[in-house]
Amino acid sequence: MSYSAWPVLTALIFLPAAACLVLPVIKGDRAVRVFSLAVGIVELLLALPLLGFDLSQHGYQFVEKAPWVPDWGLFYHLGMDGISLLMVLLTVLLLPLCVLCSWTYISKRVREFHLSLLLMTSACVGVFVALDFVLFYIFWEAMLVPMFLLIAVWGGPERRYASLKFFLYTLAGSTLLLVAMVAFYVVGGTFSIPELATKSFSFPFQCWTFLAMAFAFAIKVPMFPFHTWLPAAHVEAPTAGSVLLASVLLKMGAYGFLRFCLPLTPSASHYFAPLMIAISIASILYGGFVALGQRDMKKLIAYSSVAHMGFVTLGIFLFNLRGFEGALMVMLNHGITTGALFMLVGAIYERSHSREISENLGLGKTLPAYMGFFGLFALSSLGFPGTNSFVGEALVLIGVFAVKPWVGAAAILGVMTSAAYMLRLGQKLAWGEPAKPKSWKDLNIREWVYFTPLAALVLYIGLAPGLTLRAMDPTLGHLLKDVNSRAAMTAAERPEGVFARIDFNAPERIPDGGGR
Amino acid sequence: MNVDLSLFLPEVFLLATVLALFLQSLARPREGGGTLSINARTGWVPLAGLGAAAAALLSLDATGLVLRGAYRIDALSQFFKLAVAAGFTIATFNAAKQPTLETAKRADYFLLLAMSALGLMLLSSAVELITIYLALEISSYSLYALIPLRGKDPAAAEAGIKYILFGAVATALSLFGLAYLLAGQHSSFLAVLATKPWTWQEAPLGIVGLTLFMGGFFYKLALFPFHFWAPDVYDGTSNETAAYAATLPKLGAVVVLIRLAAMLKPGFQMTTVLAVLGAASMTFGNLAALTQQDVKRMLGYSSVAHAGYVMVGLVAASAAGLAAAGFYSLIYVLMNLTCFWVICRISREGRNVRLEDLNGLHSREPALAFALAVAALALVGLPPTAGFMGKLFLLTSAWDRGCNWLVVVAALNTAISIYYYLNLIRHAYTVDAESAAGLPRTGGAIWGGVLAAILLILGTVPAFVFQWAEAAGKQLVP
Repeated sequence: MSYSAWPVLTALIFLPAAACLVLPVIKGDRAVRVFSLAVGIVELLLALPLLGFDLSQHGYQFVEKAPWVPDWGLFYHLGMDGISLLMVLLTVLLLPLCVLCSWTYISKRVREFHLSLLLMTSACVGVFVALDFVLFYIFWEAMLVPMFLLIAVWGGPERRYASLKFFLYTLAGSTLLLVAMVAFYVVGGTFSIPELATKSFSFPFQCWTFLAMAFAFAIKVPMFPFHTWLPAAHVEAPTAGSVLLASVLLKMGAYGFLRFCLPLTPSASHYFAPLMIAISIASILYGGFVALGQRDMKKLIAYSSVAHMGFVTLGIFLFNLRGFEGALMVMLNHGITTGALFMLVGAIYERSHSREISENLGLGKTLPAYMGFFGLFALSSLGFPGTNSFVGEALVLIGVFAVKPWVGAAAILGVMTSAAYMLRLGQKLAWGEPAKPKSWKDLNIREWVYFTPLAALVLYIGLAPGLTLRAMDPTLGHLLKDVNSRAAMTAAERPEGVFARIDFNAPERIPDGGGR
Repeated sequence: MNVDLSLFLPEVFLLATVLALFLQSLARPREGGGTLSINARTGWVPLAGLGAAAAALLSLDATGLVLRGAYRIDALSQFFKLAVAAGFTIATFNAAKQPTLETAKRADYFLLLAMSALGLMLLSSAVELITIYLALEISSYSLYALIPLRGKDPAAAEAGIKYILFGAVATALSLFGLAYLLAGQHSSFLAVLATKPWTWQEAPLGIVGLTLFMGGFFYKLALFPFHFWAPDVYDGTSNETAAYAATLPKLGAVVVLIRLAAMLKPGFQMTTVLAVLGAASMTFGNLAALTQQDVKRMLGYSSVAHAGYVMVGLVAASAAGLAAAGFYSLIYVLMNLTCFWVICRISREGRNVRLEDLNGLHSREPALAFALAVAALALVGLPPTAGFMGKLFLLTSAWDRGCNWLVVVAALNTAISIYYYLNLIRHAYTVDAESAAGLPRTGGAIWGGVLAAILLILGTVPAFVFQWAEAAGKQLVP
């Protein structure tokens, strides 16, 4: 672990929170927007020291630790490894973009909207860098209320239903996470995540805690049977809410699997891997097929999110390096691409006041720049070679084919459906026959400003994924080795059960470093 | 017998307040006229409460066993006296200008309120069953008189009668149990009782007696199945009285239950009874609260649920568990008083507040809306509020003490309860009022903000208060 002199992570967490205290005294909607944008840009600048991240290390960097409630072993403990680095950068990048994409979209209660946005950012950064279980839980729950308000106040006509469903689902999941946390403290003697990750717990204990945590994370991801809150929330949320939901919140579930389930309960993770893989495949196929039938653009993208997140959990539970890399890549790429797609839907909604595909036909002629971006992000979403998503999905597929080809075949089917629904959407938007001629203006400068960085990232990661992979490899490699070795330690305790019959977790078959 | 008066600092302070109010209440109400008569000038009472809190803070480290071993001053009693004094301050400040109370009755009202608080203070130090019983009655009798004081509202009279009848039955149960305890264990001193066997095989009479005796306190705590009075009484009595009745008497019940629970060890039959009652109480309270439209009724059922949460700490019966129960009851008082503070401010002419009355609060009264939101989230147990810390301590202390299922039930109950607490926030923040016109400006926003800030501060840095509770727990279960 390396400590740093300037508390980078604290600054990143508390700058938006502190800005919330200033926000109430700012007069005028425009000033509020400008102020929030400025905060977003300062936040980005504050994240610059993160570029000093040492790519050769697998441990936590930028660590901060201070006692908090010493009698109960609570510490204010922050740190960052390869997994959290990418997630934090994504979160921080999205704040100014969210402010920009809400510039004209949000017209009522502007101040409170930006307050929620800033609080969300604080909590999201906190989730990704907290190394104390309780601290993590606090940030995890703290983002519920701002997100609830984003949907419930600025959402669409069904906002009451959607916001309540979002809150109830997520909170129901996290109650068991709280119990798991308490159990880990009593049995493991500490709330510190790095310390807990070095302890070995008995197999039954691992199973129960794994299930408790997996329930919380599966709801958040969301995995197939727990996904129903997602389309509702996405459709009703305002653009910025959808973007944050898709790009950051869904990642927290997957992050939870990587940060908690795997290192804390390695044996149980191996034991339940077939189940998790089955659910992941179900998510991929179900999400894909349901997306095929959607007429509402936002709903279509929401279901495609379910499918993409299925790739993430699939990659995680393959227990090989390609799968891990792929999972993290898909997390990052889904954040970029789907975030951008939601912004695009928001942009066209401001023009047509409808998210129905049939109301937005034939934009190719009148809005060429818009359709250009749309085409790029749609191609990225279906995993077209040369775009970012291709890298992630290809890595997951390599990982899965190395372990069980027939599971890979099912995943391929999912990739094919994603091509089907995204191309169908793109085709209708670009060349469909509109009922009446359109006089909408093409993208303005503000919109160019927030689409360009995301488009650049799509191409950059798609064409030169090396740096991103180098940032995550040491952490993931170490995690894999650690999980596998500690799972082997308690393997003797593992009973022969339904899940044990299908041996997914044969020793790794790909040599490290090959096949990139 | 020589007794050092400095040991009784908070009690003496409150007793002086009671006497002063008594003298004030003797004054003759003035006919008409612009100025307030003497017995209406009670603005100083919250300050007296503050003084009592300061006295409690000063004597936080005091220890002693006086009155022939019946009255014990220790870390636990002082922690609860501080909690009672703090709660009393807020409750009286909240009730300072009650719209449903004639000004001439103010002195009497606060006299009874202070009397009840005094009873609670005595209760936190009493370590002998008959003393406990007497202290309990001092605090209860004042409340019996307070509940119906709401203008000429028949619902308040009904609430008063319900409270008295239920209270009388519970008291009778308690006395019945006390008799069994005396007969079975031959002592009424807790210190002696703690050395006796407490199993069904060895002391059946003792177990029955203790259960019945505890029943009286379950009633105060509104623990299922002794809860039936709570929603009706909260509903019927005035908002300000409900604020007091919903919070402080619970402290008295918890402190006695903590003392009794310290005698128990995990795995005992009594512990199982407590665990089952706790689980039933939280589940029933939360489910019943789901459908309530009246905010006070909802809080009534929520208090039933919270009584169940406190049981989690008592079941653990370890130093950490008892400390957590004490800390949680303090937090409970604070978050409920914050909720009631907002309710009393926005109620029109002292009427009950329904969920629709909260509509559009965010634009009318941003500070009060914020305070309500913080209090509601604290009641759910969401971070970063004090409610979360309280719950975390409770659950942590109870894990691996033989009742893991209770921890899971308590955690799952959070998921049930979120719906109705969230309703408060939803109405205050997301629903706009149909007609904002005609609603009076309410005031009290600053203090609402202060209360919310206290809840947030205790949620982020609980250590400085929690250490007092912890000292109490360690001293009870070394």
